[in-house]
Amino acid sequence: MQRFVFLLIIAASTGTMSLFTTDVKASSDVFFGESIFYANQGEYFDAISRLDTELGQYYGLDEPGLDSLHFLIDNAQFSIGDFELYYRMHQRAGRAIKSVIEGNVEPVVRNKAIYRLAKILLQKNQPINALHAIERIKGEIPEYIRDDIAYIKAVILMVNGRPTDAIEILSGLQGSKSHGGFAAYNLGIALLQLGKDAEGIAQLDKAGTSSGSDEGTKSIRDKSNLALGYKLLESGEPGLAMKYLYRVRLDGAFSNRALLGAGWAEIALKRYDRALVPWTMLSKRNVTDRAVQEVKLGVPFAYGKLGLHGKAAILYGQALESFDQELTKLDASIKSIQDGKFLKALAREELKKDSNWVIKLRDLPEAPETHYLMHLMASHDFQESLQNYFDLEEMRKRLLAWERDIKSYQEMVNIRREYYKPLLPVVEKQFQLLDSRMRLRIEQRDNLENKLQSMLIAPRPKFLAIVSERIYGDRVARLEARVKSMRKDSELYQRVKRLRGVLNWDISTQYHERLTQAFKRLRELDGVVADLKETYRSFVRTRQAATQSYEGYDAILNTLSIKVKDSQERIKAAMLGQGHMLESMAINELDKRRKRIEGDQVKARFALAESYDRAQKAQLDAEFKKSAEKTADQAEKQAEKQLKEMSKDDVVDKKSVKEEMK
Amino acid sequence: MKRILLIVVLTISMAMLTGRVLAQEVSKAQIKGLDEQVQEIKKDVLGISSELALLEEKLLYPSNTQISVFVSFADEEGFRLDAMDITLDGQEVMHHVYTARELDSLRNGGVQRIYTGNIRTGDHLLEVSFLGKSILGGVYQKNASSKITKGVKPKIVEIKVAGQGFGDAIEFKER
Repeated sequence: MQRFVFLLIIAASTGTMSLFTTDVKASSDVFFGESIFYANQGEYFDAISRLDTELGQYYGLDEPGLDSLHFLIDNAQFSIGDFELYYRMHQRAGRAIKSVIEGNVEPVVRNKAIYRLAKILLQKNQPINALHAIERIKGEIPEYIRDDIAYIKAVILMVNGRPTDAIEILSGLQGSKSHGGFAAYNLGIALLQLGKDAEGIAQLDKAGTSSGSDEGTKSIRDKSNLALGYKLLESGEPGLAMKYLYRVRLDGAFSNRALLGAGWAEIALKRYDRALVPWTMLSKRNVTDRAVQEVKLGVPFAYGKLGLHGKAAILYGQALESFDQELTKLDASIKSIQDGKFLKALAREELKKDSNWVIKLRDLPEAPETHYLMHLMASHDFQESLQNYFDLEEMRKRLLAWERDIKSYQEMVNIRREYYKPLLPVVEKQFQLLDSRMRLRIEQRDNLENKLQSMLIAPRPKFLAIVSERIYGDRVARLEARVKSMRKDSELYQRVKRLRGVLNWDISTQYHERLTQAFKRLRELDGVVADLKETYRSFVRTRQAATQSYEGYDAILNTLSIKVKDSQERIKAAMLGQGHMLESMAINELDKRRKRIEGDQVKARFALAESYDRAQKAQLDAEFKKSAEKTADQAEKQAEKQLKEMSKDDVVDKKSVKEEMK
Repeated sequence: MKRILLIVVLTISMAMLTGRVLAQEVSKAQIKGLDEQVQEIKKDVLGISSELALLEEKLLYPSNTQISVFVSFADEEGFRLDAMDITLDGQEVMHHVYTARELDSLRNGGVQRIYTGNIRTGDHLLEVSFLGKSILGGVYQKNASSKITKGVKPKIVEIKVAGQGFGDAIEFKER
């Protein structure tokens, strides 16, 4: 029963969890949004890898508060746990989710995290821990997961043997859009677990007639009717069981078991001819199904009960032939698995893109008969192992690609080194020359500014004399030296003095204008200096980028190369182990089926012999009867003849007596 | 002696006839052990992936030349996106045809990194055009361009697309 419930959990959760609905718009951080982009497509490796990188960079920031991820950090932490959960990294997912739960987060985020954790624990078969976790949910619950939480809690309670508590929750979920059907079914099961058979049966009856035309609802209806039918059959109520078994759709996943059960119910009521109706229909279906194989013996059994031993013997013979063929198929399948063809077929990319890939698998040449493996393939253990095998295969391919990439990068780095290394010292030398000239010019500019600033306080007009004024000033000074010894009232002396006066006048009167102009020019110079500095910085960056384009990679690339090789080895070993496990599971399953068929074969042989004997006996009886009848008939005729002859003799005798008397 | 030999021969021939060696039973502990081993490998390979991603970014797209273009959907996109073209300074750098899964993912909050490349610092012209189907089934095509300025830091441009009647068809956001 627990397994029944468990299958329902998986069925329910896969339908509702394919997309990552978040409370916060992840696109406010494009890198977080990018990881959601991959997760929504089921590409969890890429989603985790990108978000991991982003989180690593975020935590490495000096001021993480300025990063756009800062406002989404709780959500990002939670999402990475979620992605890891979907990527079947339960240990890491559990830790990530626990850190969210224990962190300072909003109740909504914490409750979501607890829900995920409880789900992990339930999947990992730790129902008590799952119960402890789910009971920690308190406060606000996001609307879109309210029913999910209630449903999973009910399932956890049921698995923990607390159907009474589960019933309370499941009763409240009856109107749920996402879980209504599952809840109705599980409620019936919980009531039966509690021993409330009448209520359980009534609930399953209700679940079996629930309205809705979608495939999910139809399946739940079928499942409820089937469970109810078998329950009643076990309780010795075949008449009532039939009502539910005949409700199951003829083309649904549960129809084979329903037809089988319906036949047994008719048999229980000794209505052998009516049992033949569902069973004959079932016997024409795919013989790999266990119910079909069972009915291969059931149909002749019913004919036998109807006294048609000959027909029964023929059908037992056909069943034996069919079992023989199936055993050959099973042997071939086991051999195919042992030859490694099953794993090769499983790893084919084109199959994974098809939702019916398990069915398509059997069409591949030399692949095993997967119909026998359907049940196994639907089991949690096999699915987990298979998904692990797929994940390992995917990682193997990634590592192969990375190995090639790393080699290319190493070559790229070497090419860059070969190009830049001889070039950089020459560039560096030229750069140093330019650098010293640039520093000199900047120093000159700074001196100029200092001078101009000081002139604001103490005017120095001569400092702002233009070139021609300086030349004239020098010439005037030379003239002044020559007229120095002359009389001061001499005309020449006076002319030189006037010249000096004109020069001084011009310099002094234009001082303010020239100072303003000088400041303006200084600002213009600042613009040029700023451009120069930017070019300088750009050059420094380019030189740095050139150096960084090949320096410091060797060690990282070598380490990565070693890590890749190490992982490749580990993946190889793990794939071998995982593959062997899958093969063993498949072979064990096929062997179980083989043994069952062998058992059926033995039963069929005995039944055939018995039917043959009975048929022969019946035939002998009939022949004996016929022959006895014929003999009796002949004897009668003979007697009549004799009588006639006797009576004729008697007449002759009488005549002779009369003649004699005469 | 003859009897023992007969038994041995019979046993061997039976095994040959059945043609198979039974696989060992797989225990829960074995499944769990292998599962944990696979989880450890996943953790390590993811670590390599992150390290390699950072290295690739540094090696192939240094921050002073890096430009990344992202695509996201407006809250109500109201159309079906079929394909998108990205042109940088008159040169087509990306043409992407969308799959149904990608569209579903974008509709549910995913952001697609459509292009990562290298450009010089300074001004550049980014042109975007997309082709899709409107709600009514008609062709819905839009073009838009934006001048972007590349600085020293990595340039990130987000293109938000929307359908008719849902604001700007193409909105550029520089980050």
